[in-house]
Formats: sequence, C-alpha cells, structure tokens
Amino acid sequence: MTWSAAARGAHQPDNTAFTQQRLPAWQPLLSASIALPLFFCAGLAFIGLGLGLFYSSNGIKELEYDYTGTAGTGGCSACALADRGRAPPPPCSCAWHFSLAELFPGPVYLYYELTNFYQNNRRYSVSRDDAQLSGLPSALRHPANECAPYQRRASGLPIAPCGAIANSLFNDSFSLWHRRRAGGPYVEVPLDRTGIAWWTDCHVKFRNPPLVNGSLALAFHGTAPPPNWPRPVYALSPDPNNTGFVNQDFVVWMRTAALPTFRKLYARIRQGNYSAGLPRGSYVVNITYNYPVRAFGGRKLVVLSNISWMGGKNPFLGIAYLAVGSLCILVGFVMLVVYIRYQDQNDEDEDEE
Amino acid sequence: MNSERDSETTFEEDSQPNDEVVPYSDDETEDELEDQGPAVEPEQNRVNREAEEQREPPRKDCTWQVKANDRSFHEQPHFMNTKFFCIKESKYANNAIKTYKYNAFSFLPMNLFEQFKRAANFYFLILLILQAIPQISTLAWYTTLFPLLVVLGITAMKDLVDDVARHKMDNEINNRTCEVIKDGRFKVTKWKEIQVGDIIRLKKNDFIPADILLLSSSEPNSLCYVETAELDGETNLKFKMALEITHQYLQRENALTTFDGFIECEEPNNRLDKFTGTLFWRNTSFPLDADKILLRGCVIRNTDFCHGMVIFAGADTKIMKNSGKTRFKRTKIDYLMNYMVYTIFVVLILVSAGLAIGHAYWEAQIGNNSWYLYDGEDYTPSYRGFLNFWGYIIILNTMVPISLYVSVEVIRLGQSYFINWDLQITTTLNEQLGQIHYIFSDKTGTLTQNIMTFKKCCINGQIYGDHRDASQNNHSKIEPVDFSWNMFADGKLAFYDHYLIEQIHSGKESEVRQFFFLLAVCHTVMVDRIDGQLNYQAASPDEGALVSAARNFGFAFLARTQNTITISELGTERTYDVLAILDFNSDRKRMSIIVRTPEGNIRLYCKGADTVIYERLHQMSPTKQETQDALDIFASETLRTLCLCYKEIEEKEYEEWNKKFMAASIASTNRDEALDKVYEEIEKDLILLGATAIEDKLQDGVPETISKLAKADIKIWVLTGDKKETAENIGFACELLTEDTTICYGEDINALLHTRMENQRNRGGVYAKFAPPVHEPFFPSCENRALIITGSWLNEILLEKKTKRSKILKLKFPRTEEERRMRTQSKRRLEARKEQRQKNFVDLACECSAVICCRVTPKQKAMVVDLVKRYKKAITLAIGDGANDVNMIKTAHIGVGISGQEGMQAVMSSDYSFAQFRYLQRLLLVHGRWSYIRMCKFLRYFFYKNFAFTLVHFWYSFFNGYSAQTAYEDWFITLYNVLYSSLPVLLMGLLDQDVSDKLSLRFPGLYVVGQRDLLFNYKKFFVSLVHGILTSMILFFIPLGAYLQTVGQDGEAPSDYQSFAVTIASALIITVNFQIGLDTSYWTFVNAFSIFGSIALYFGIMFDFHSAGIHVLFPSAFQFTGTASNALRQPYIWLTIILTVAVCLLPVVAIRFLSMTIWPSESDKCPSLKAKHVPKAAFLQNSKFMASLA
Repeated sequence: MTWSAAARGAHQPDNTAFTQQRLPAWQPLLSASIALPLFFCAGLAFIGLGLGLFYSSNGIKELEYDYTGTAGTGGCSACALADRGRAPPPPCSCAWHFSLAELFPGPVYLYYELTNFYQNNRRYSVSRDDAQLSGLPSALRHPANECAPYQRRASGLPIAPCGAIANSLFNDSFSLWHRRRAGGPYVEVPLDRTGIAWWTDCHVKFRNPPLVNGSLALAFHGTAPPPNWPRPVYALSPDPNNTGFVNQDFVVWMRTAALPTFRKLYARIRQGNYSAGLPRGSYVVNITYNYPVRAFGGRKLVVLSNISWMGGKNPFLGIAYLAVGSLCILVGFVMLVVYIRYQDQNDEDEDEE
Repeated sequence: MNSERDSETTFEEDSQPNDEVVPYSDDETEDELEDQGPAVEPEQNRVNREAEEQREPPRKDCTWQVKANDRSFHEQPHFMNTKFFCIKESKYANNAIKTYKYNAFSFLPMNLFEQFKRAANFYFLILLILQAIPQISTLAWYTTLFPLLVVLGITAMKDLVDDVARHKMDNEINNRTCEVIKDGRFKVTKWKEIQVGDIIRLKKNDFIPADILLLSSSEPNSLCYVETAELDGETNLKFKMALEITHQYLQRENALTTFDGFIECEEPNNRLDKFTGTLFWRNTSFPLDADKILLRGCVIRNTDFCHGMVIFAGADTKIMKNSGKTRFKRTKIDYLMNYMVYTIFVVLILVSAGLAIGHAYWEAQIGNNSWYLYDGEDYTPSYRGFLNFWGYIIILNTMVPISLYVSVEVIRLGQSYFINWDLQITTTLNEQLGQIHYIFSDKTGTLTQNIMTFKKCCINGQIYGDHRDASQNNHSKIEPVDFSWNMFADGKLAFYDHYLIEQIHSGKESEVRQFFFLLAVCHTVMVDRIDGQLNYQAASPDEGALVSAARNFGFAFLARTQNTITISELGTERTYDVLAILDFNSDRKRMSIIVRTPEGNIRLYCKGADTVIYERLHQMSPTKQETQDALDIFASETLRTLCLCYKEIEEKEYEEWNKKFMAASIASTNRDEALDKVYEEIEKDLILLGATAIEDKLQDGVPETISKLAKADIKIWVLTGDKKETAENIGFACELLTEDTTICYGEDINALLHTRMENQRNRGGVYAKFAPPVHEPFFPSCENRALIITGSWLNEILLEKKTKRSKILKLKFPRTEEERRMRTQSKRRLEARKEQRQKNFVDLACECSAVICCRVTPKQKAMVVDLVKRYKKAITLAIGDGANDVNMIKTAHIGVGISGQEGMQAVMSSDYSFAQFRYLQRLLLVHGRWSYIRMCKFLRYFFYKNFAFTLVHFWYSFFNGYSAQTAYEDWFITLYNVLYSSLPVLLMGLLDQDVSDKLSLRFPGLYVVGQRDLLFNYKKFFVSLVHGILTSMILFFIPLGAYLQTVGQDGEAPSDYQSFAVTIASALIITVNFQIGLDTSYWTFVNAFSIFGSIALYFGIMFDFHSAGIHVLFPSAFQFTGTASNALRQPYIWLTIILTVAVCLLPVVAIRFLSMTIWPSESDKCPSLKAKHVPKAAFLQNSKFMASLA
C-alpha cells in the first residue's frame, strides 16, 4: 500500500485506495501450504463421511415385491391380465406372502414404487392448478387452462381437483397381515396413514375450500371429480381431517417425483405391538389391484423399509464419498511429489540466475 | 513475359528518391487519381468522366444565397425542400440547435426501437414472443422478461441521463441572447430566433451565435479578434477583418438597418478554414473568404463590438457540420465474443434439434402409450417433437448469455473510470490496450515537449550559440548573456554566446541585424500589451520562439495593423507598410512578407524549411555551402531548423505582381491554387541570410517509457515530418537506437526487397500469392536492427510513386479490345506486385526493433499504420498531438491524443488522451494489461457459468422423456443471471489484478499475454465450455445418484421433483460462486462480500419464495412452497450438495496447482520475485514515480 503524497490539482480525483485500485487485498495463491493440506484434510473427511454413510445404508433393511403381475411372478398375474387400456380396470386383489426370520427393526415404512412413470414429464407436471388446491373458491369453479383436458367435464362442470396429475391418482391399496406361528390367525398390522406428507403441504399448500354450512360436500357442490375417480374428492377418506384436497394420499401423489422411477410413502407402521418393528413370523400384504401400468411398460412394487439418520437405503452417496475421498488423498500425494520435484528445480533455476 | 518485365524494371528505376524532400502534397498520390472508380473500369469511361468534371460550370458550388435584412427572401418556394409527403421546409436552418435524441413522448418507443436494433436484445424479444405461444411455452413468462427488462432498463436509464443533459445544454444555448436588427433597430433576441440574413451586433466576450460575415467593428479597419478554443483548441487570438466597403459604410445602426447586400456562397460544409463567396452590393461584387467569417463557437475578444450578417445558422454552421457521427470502434474481443455467441447459438439449435428428435422418438415409444399423459390433443410424435424443439430453444436460451453485453459495457465503463481516476482519460476500448503490438508515434510534441527555445543560429555562414565570450573564445562554463540593455527583453531566454551580442551592437555585419529584423517582421504573431508588457500570441510555438528571440536580441515586434507593422530596432521605433503576407501552409512550408520600408524600398522577407528555400535561392546567393553545413550540424544536435532569406523588389516588378495577386485573391474558384501560383512567382531568386536552430526538448521519461515498452515486446515506430538526421538523433536521444544498433536505410531495404521479389518471382511469380507463405527472415541473425526510411523511399518501395507516364497513358483511348484487355491485365499484375511488395516491406520492417519514418506526410503516416494493420493483423496504437496526426490516429485501432501545444484536433479524434508520452507506459502496461486480463477472465467465467447452469436441463432431458422440463424453479432461472451470479463476476471484472501496478511496470514482459491473445481465444473458449459442460454433468448426476432410491429422514416424500431442483440449484450457486472465488486473484473485502452475499441472497430469496406467506398471496406463481425448508432440513441433501460442490471444484484446484507448479506463468513468478529479489531502493523509486504520476 503506497499512498502517494503528491499535491493534487483541484480537478484531480481523490486519491483513495478504491479509485487508485489499491484496496487492501489478499492474493490467494494456490500455494503448497494451502492446497496440499486442503486435499489431505478433505480426503480424510470424505472417507470418514463415506464410511459412515456406507454403514448406515448397509444397516437399513429393505423388502420389496414386484406385483405388476407379468407372467410368472406371484399372485397378481390374474389382475394384470385385466390391466388393459386406459379405462379403469375392474377391481381385483392379490397378495404378497413373505416371512421374517428375525425382527425387522422399526419404525417400518410401507412404500409403493412405480417405474417408467414420467411424473416429471413437463406436459403432465404442469397439469394442475395450485390456486384451486389451495382452496380458493374462485379457482375451484374456474380451473386453470393448464388442467386441460381435465379442466371441465363434457357437461361443463369444473373438475376438482383438475388436471392430469390428480386424474391419475394412484389407487391401489394395501393391508398388512401378520401371523406369529404357522397355522395361527392373521392379525392385521395397523397402518398409520396420516403424517405421510409434508406438514407444509397439508397445512399451507393444500387447503380445502371453506365449508358451506359445515359441510365439505356442499363446498364442492357444482364440481365434478376427475374422470378416473370413482368417488368425489370430499369422499376420499371417512376421516374429516384427511379428506378433500388435504387427503394425505392425494397430497403425496400431487408432490410429483423427480425421476421416472419413484417411491411414495403409503403408511408407517409404528403403532401397538409393532412400534419396535415387525416381529418375526409370516406376513401377507393384501393388494387391491386397480392401477394400470402395463400399457406403458411400468412396474409396481410394494416396499417395506426402515430408515436411518440419512434416510432410506441408498449406497450411492457412501460409495461416492469413499471414492472421492480416496481420490483426494491420491491426488494430494501426486501434488506433493510434483511440488517437491519442481520446487527443487525452480530453486536451482533461480540460483543459476 | 520478357518485355513486360523490362517495362516494369524501367518503371521502377526512375530517378532515385530524394531523402531531403517530403514527397508531395497529400492530395496527389497516384492512389487517389486511380481509385476514383473500380479498378477495371474501361479507360474510355474514365476519360469521359474526367472531361465532364472539367466542364462543370465554374460557379456551380455557389448556390447558397443570403439576403440581408430580408427574411421573406429565404422563404421563397424554390428554397423549400420537401421533407415528408408534402410538408415543406426551408433549406435554411434556423438557429435553434437540437442535439438531444428524444423528447418526453418519443423516449420510450424510440429508445426501445434503438435497443432492439441490437441483435442480442432482438433475440430475447423473439424468445419472449415464442414464450407467449401456449403450445411451446416451457418457461413462465417472467423468466425471460425480467432479465430483459433489467437489461433494457439499465441501458434506458443511461440514455435518459445522457439525453437530459443534452436537453439542458440545448436549452441553455438556445436561450442565450444577442442583439438583432428587427423593425429598424437592434433588439435583444434569443439565439434560437436568429435567422439567416439577420444583422447582429456582438460585444466583447460574447459567444458568436452563428456563422456570420463580419461587416464592421469598433476597431480600426474593422478588425475583430476571436478566440477559437472551442473549435480547434487553440487559445491564441486570431483576427478577422471586414471588407473595406462594409467597414466604411456600415458602422451605424441606421446604415445597418437599410443594408441590403446579397451574398452568394458555397453550401454549408465542415471545412473550418475555407470559405468562398461573393457579396453583391451597390452593383459591385466583392470577394469573401474565411478571413471575413466569424464562426459559431468562437468568442469575441479585445473588440468592443462588431456587426455581422448571419450566413449559416443552427445546423448549417461549420461547428455543427463538424460534429458528425463519431466512428464506432470495436475491440478484437468484441469480434471474438460475437463469433463465440454465434457458435453458442449454433450449438443451441443443434442441441434443441437433437432433443426434439429424442422427444419424438420417446413419444412414439412410451409417451403415446402412457394414458396418464393424455392431453386431449392428437398430435403425432413428430409434431410433438417439433413443438419441443421450440420449447428447448426457450429453456436453453440462457446458453446465450443475455446479460453478457450489458455486463461487458458495465465493466468497460467501470474500468475507464478507474483509468480516468488514475490518468484522467476516459473511453471504452480498455481491454484492447492490453493487446498492443505496434505503437506509431509522432515525434514533435509527442516524444518532445513542443516548447521551443531559440538555441543557435547561423548568420552569413557563421554559427552562433555555443558557449563563447565576446572575443570568440570557447568556454565550457560561462554566464548567460545579459539582456538588461534591452528594455523589451522578457528575461526568459538563456543564451550563452556573448559574441553574437557583440556583433549586434557593433553592427559590423549588416546581415546580423537583418537576420533579427527578419525574425521580427516575418510572422503572423499577434501582440497585445498587458500591464505595459508585450505579450505575443503565436499560432505555432516555433514562430513564437523566433519572434521572442528577436525581441530579446533587440528587434522587438511592437504592433501590427492591417497594413503596417511596428518594430523597435535596438530602441528606435520604425513602422513598415505591409504590402502582402504570403501565408504559410503545409504544402508551401514557408511564409513571406513584402514590406515597404520608411525609406520607400520594397523588400520580401521569407522564412521556411531548408528544402523549399534552397530551391528558390538566387544562383549567386552567398554562404550556401556554409549554411548547409551548419544545418547539418544543427540537425545532428536534434535542433529544428528554418532558413531565412530576403530579396529586394523593384517598384515596377511589385506593381506588376500586385495586379496578379489582386486578381487571384478575388478568384471565386480554386482561389488557393491561384494564390499559390502567384506566390511562387515572387518567391524566387532569394538571398540567403542564415538559419535558425530551435531546440525542442524530449519530454520527461521518454527513454524509460520506450525501453519499458520495448521490453513488453511492443514495437515502436516513429513517424515524423522532420529531417532524417534530426529523426535519427531523436532516435538516439530517446534510446530507440543504441550504439550497437545496425541501421538500415532506404537503399538497403530497396535492395533487399528487390532480391526478395526476384526470388518470389522465380518461385512462382506474383500469382503464387495463394501458395503457403514462406517465412524466411530478411536478416541473418537476431542482432539489433533499426530501419530509417524517408517518405520518398517509402513511396518508391511501396510503388506508390506518382508516374507521369501513367498519366499520359490515361489520356489515350484503348483502341482495340486486345489493347484494353492487355491494359487491365497489366494493371491487375501491378496491383498484385504492389501488394506483394507491401507485404514484404512490412515483414522486413517488423524484423527490426525500431522503425523511424521521416519526411512523411500525414497521409503516409496513416498508410504505414494501415499497412501494419493489414498485413500483420496486429493491434496498433497511434499517438500524436497535432492535426497532422489525425489521419493516423483515426486509422489505428487505438488513437491516443497528446493534449499539448498544438491544439485539440488530435485529442478530438482520439480514443484516449493525456498530457505526456510517458503516461503511455502506465496506460498500456498497467491499465491495458489489467483490463485485458479482467475482460478475458470475465468472459471465460461468463460462458462457463451459463453452460454449467443451462446444460443441467439437457442432462435432465434423458430422464423426463425429453419433455423440455426444467431442472430448476422458474424463479431461480429468472434470477440466476441477474442476482445470484452477477455481482462477483462484475466485481472481478472491475477489480481483479494478478500483480500490482508496480510489478506490472517493473516486469514489462508480463504484457505479452495480451499481444498473443493467450487469455481469451477459441481454445480458452472451448475449455470454458467443456468446464461448464462437465460442471453441469456433475451438478446433475451426483444428485441423480443420491435421489435414485432415497427416502427422507422421516420417511416422507423421498425424491420429489421440487427437492431435486432445490438441491441442484443450491449446489450450482455454491459451485459457481466459489469458482469465481478461485478465479479471483485479488481478494478484497468487496469480493468476499459479493461472493458470500450472492450465496446468502440466494438462500434468503429462496426461503422467501418458498414461504407460506407468499403462497397465500400468489398460489399459482410460487409453487415451491415449503420445499426449501423441508429439503434443506435433511443432512442427506446437504451431504449431496457438499459432495457435488467438492467434485466440481477440487479438480480445478488440483489442475491449477499442478500447472502452476510445473509450468509457472510469468505473473505467477512475480510475487515470489517480489519477496526475494527486489531491493528496497527500487521500491522507493517506484513509489516516487507513482506519486509523480498521480
């Protein structure tokens, strides 16, 4: 920092550090004393994290069952045969039998998984009306144009909820039964179907329209359900807090997936005897098979899984961290060697000068 | 073939060029004679056309008619021009001027129109329109509109501020007042109401409101003094003089009101120094010239009042005609940048097309079978692909950076402020300053101070001026001459030759007194007395120095009227009648004055350049040889010389000549040529008196600057009108040439070029120009060489010579078809030869470390610059101070004007201007270099960040059926370029410095990066793009892997689109902002603040946009409600972001570290040098230099 002390004329600019481009500055050179420790520290830290993630992921138990019903897989083939075309297929049910030799530690979550289902297709994902879903009465009667062709029924009635996403609501249902001993009775495992969506979704983003005379049905009077729906939106669930636009199955479905293969939470198992997990024994999942996926080559799976601090089972991140960490250490050594070699050479050069 | 070559050789071997003469006036090069039409135009046509031009009516150009005191005259129908449709307007402009562009109503539409004329803005307008089509709209309407509005808004604000300033200025000027005759008397009138033909009265220190004809003034002979600073920057007074007749009859108000003179003159034009017209009054015609015209913009000085008649008003005035459109220069990087934007545009179209095909295929395979995607339209897959093409054009539009051009403007503006704060210069070609290869410098006033001091003289063959006492003995140290005996001495002259004073006093040699008398009488200096002291105002510093010298030696010029001049000769005052002043101009290179002494003798005194004087000397003139020797000595001491001579004229001879002179001076066409001819007749058979030698000192720091610039591998060419010897000596003085330099002169070069041409011809002739160029040096070794070449040699070498033979040829008609073909062919061959020769010359000259061209005309200066520009494709800079440098300043990529003694013309036409040559090193080595590095880093980063951002959409396409789904929230796309990533890069573009100013000056070698385009070229551009592409891959695929199967921490909504978008966006913002941190080599708190500020701003805005409150207000516009808080609560997502950022940045760190260790660049080495090797003294010295600069 040199401050020139020369006298300046009246029209000359101020001699400030800024105007003379002499602001105090740090010139962060990638010197060896910064770069090498950075790589070694980062490498060690990443390996540590990677190990943690890897073991957490490995500790997670997961059971999944493909019930699409392609030829030869389980009991759902019969139902799958009925799955043709776009019209809702006739109701059908099938089951998935499995047994646990030891405790499946809880809390256990029940997911359904769809593959080859493009919820992230732009055409599909814009086909909704967030104003309607937030309970605005005006939007309820006048759904947004994006919802077309599920904006209005042929009769002119506005569709609530409008749009392709709502229309394609996943409508298979599951129930889980447990038998402790061979030959014993099957006991239904209680499935907690609430609290499966984000709090913000159920309380901020999705709101029912104001009740009319205390009745949700009246509030939806003058609207029609989407064509694929067998019941109107206010009858999605008998629970008054879980019906209409805030029905949690519906809210979960409406939060569209990022990728064409996705899982969505169906229920938690955390009540009664099952709060610690699923005890050993044999189980059966009864599936009501409604949802058609075979037309577009999709698959349907039902998944039981527990989670850890990092979420569900996913070895990718742990392995990635381990790989990146090891590479850091390796590159660190390469840099060290190169640095030592060229440092000597440069010193020699300078000595020669 | 043989005969052809013969003719060419003879053509070439005309008489050897003369080193001493400046080739010819600028207007007569063969080029201009030839280039009047296309090169292959048949001779017949040209001859016809030339004949036509000859036949033009002599008064054709005098179509501007003005009648005094008669406004209705100018409204006659034949003076009306049709403007649009049938609205007619007088061809005479009124005096209101309008420099503003917009008014309150037209601002918005006109400004928008102007802005949309720029390709980039127009492109975004098209995008906006595309977005409005519902079938293909893939982004919300605001994503393009908002950045576009910001960009347009910033530009519009700037234009608005500029225009408001212009409005204010115009108003101020239009409402100035002066007195105009109305209804028979003078009335105070606003300027804007003045019209052509009005008679106006101006008082002392008034600005002149229009171009007016001076009718009379309060001074004797109706002289009127004006200051022309606003026109040409010269602060000395000039005098104008009214016609005798108007002076006599038009002094009083009532005479002026009845004045009904009629003027015919040339149409309005922009030549400040020329005017031809005729006044018709009282049935007589009087010639009018520029001496009788007062131009708008000048100020009346030393004259109580004057009267004039308006000839040109408002927009027709010469000053307004001169304020033409300024030439728009673009930098090399501008061109490069445009090409890159086009490249990106092509990539955009290709990528969109590819993805569109992908979509069509996907639709056919999957989309058509997916019942949930049914949208009620029965489009075929290929039609959907077509729609998606446009959709992808929209979402990938950010590849072509919208804010690039505005950001570049902002950075240039900021950089020029910084340069201005340091050197007081402003303009916007900054980064080009870091790429200069060749500097073309004027000598006088640029390398030297242009403050002239009388140093030596040669009178009658005897040299005076060395350190001598009165008895001719040389002493090395002696007191300066005491001038106190002379009451007019100004005490500023330091002269050491006491013998000269002795000679003046003794009067033994009459030539000595004659010599100084000539200096006192032969000039155009104006004098005024301030507090009894004489004060000279000279048009050129040379002349001022000579007149002052004469004054100090006892011959003081006291006063001048139109016809007389008064001199104090050693105390006795004598008044001489001035019979004629034969003006100086750059062609004549001399001026003469014819005076009648009180005794009645008529004498002509003449001073001028030695070459022109020697041609006109009497054969018997004495001391020719001695004076020539003296001139050579003076030249070798880098002094500027002039020869003085006189001649006695017989009364009869004068009478005869005077008649011709009078006739020529009222000629209405080609008056100047006629006058020159008449002057030539009397300026002959002169008797040589002696020569003066004036010193023009080198400016401070010139040698240091030149050696610094040379170390920076900048080649310096000096182009000067001076003599070869003077130029050579200046070359040594400023260390451009040193003892061990081998100097090549014109002859050597000619020989070398000749051999080269022969070789080339043997190798395939001039037609082989498409063959790969051979790079063989002209000189064997790399020893230090310099080239000194005169203007005549330059013409000879470049075949620019005017050949009489070709002129004669022109007049002959080609008789047969055959002949015509032959002629065009030979002409074409000549062209090719010329080109080859020019190229060879440039190659040769560029092998020399220094080139000095002397005796060159302004046009040749420009030609040399153009040659280097053309054949070397290098960035050139021309620096000069005088009007003769304007051509070259305008030709070079960058023109620098030195604001010195010679007026403002060079400064006006330059891109940069400052006061001294030595500032050039700071301008180039510090500011130019910084600007270049900053701009390059900025551009590289800009392309990188937009690619990293945009291509994520591309990778995502493979997972969403090529459906033009965006990978980010719309609001993020809207704000990314405007808010989240703009400030740090702008600040880096303004503040970054790889090494400090002191080190940049100390190690000029750092400059070469710019000359070699090392920091921004197509390679660097593609590296940036690849970096961007890889970053976008990492940004997409690591989160993809993490999201493939994942489940949230509490089992909820495991892998939704919105969380995915937030994860990628957060990783992107952190990555690009940290990347700019890595790129920044000069971290100030401002940089740190902007980088962390941008990241913080991103999170702040995101949490706001995802909040409940804003969703309640605008449920459809903000759809990501709750995503940020839910997603960023998960450690898993943070771990994903950290891994992504690390994988993006760590390789960059490693590569930078390794390349810096293995191949350190010059500037990488610098800071370590600073620490180890720089002695403290150098530091101190440098800071002193900085202080003196500041």
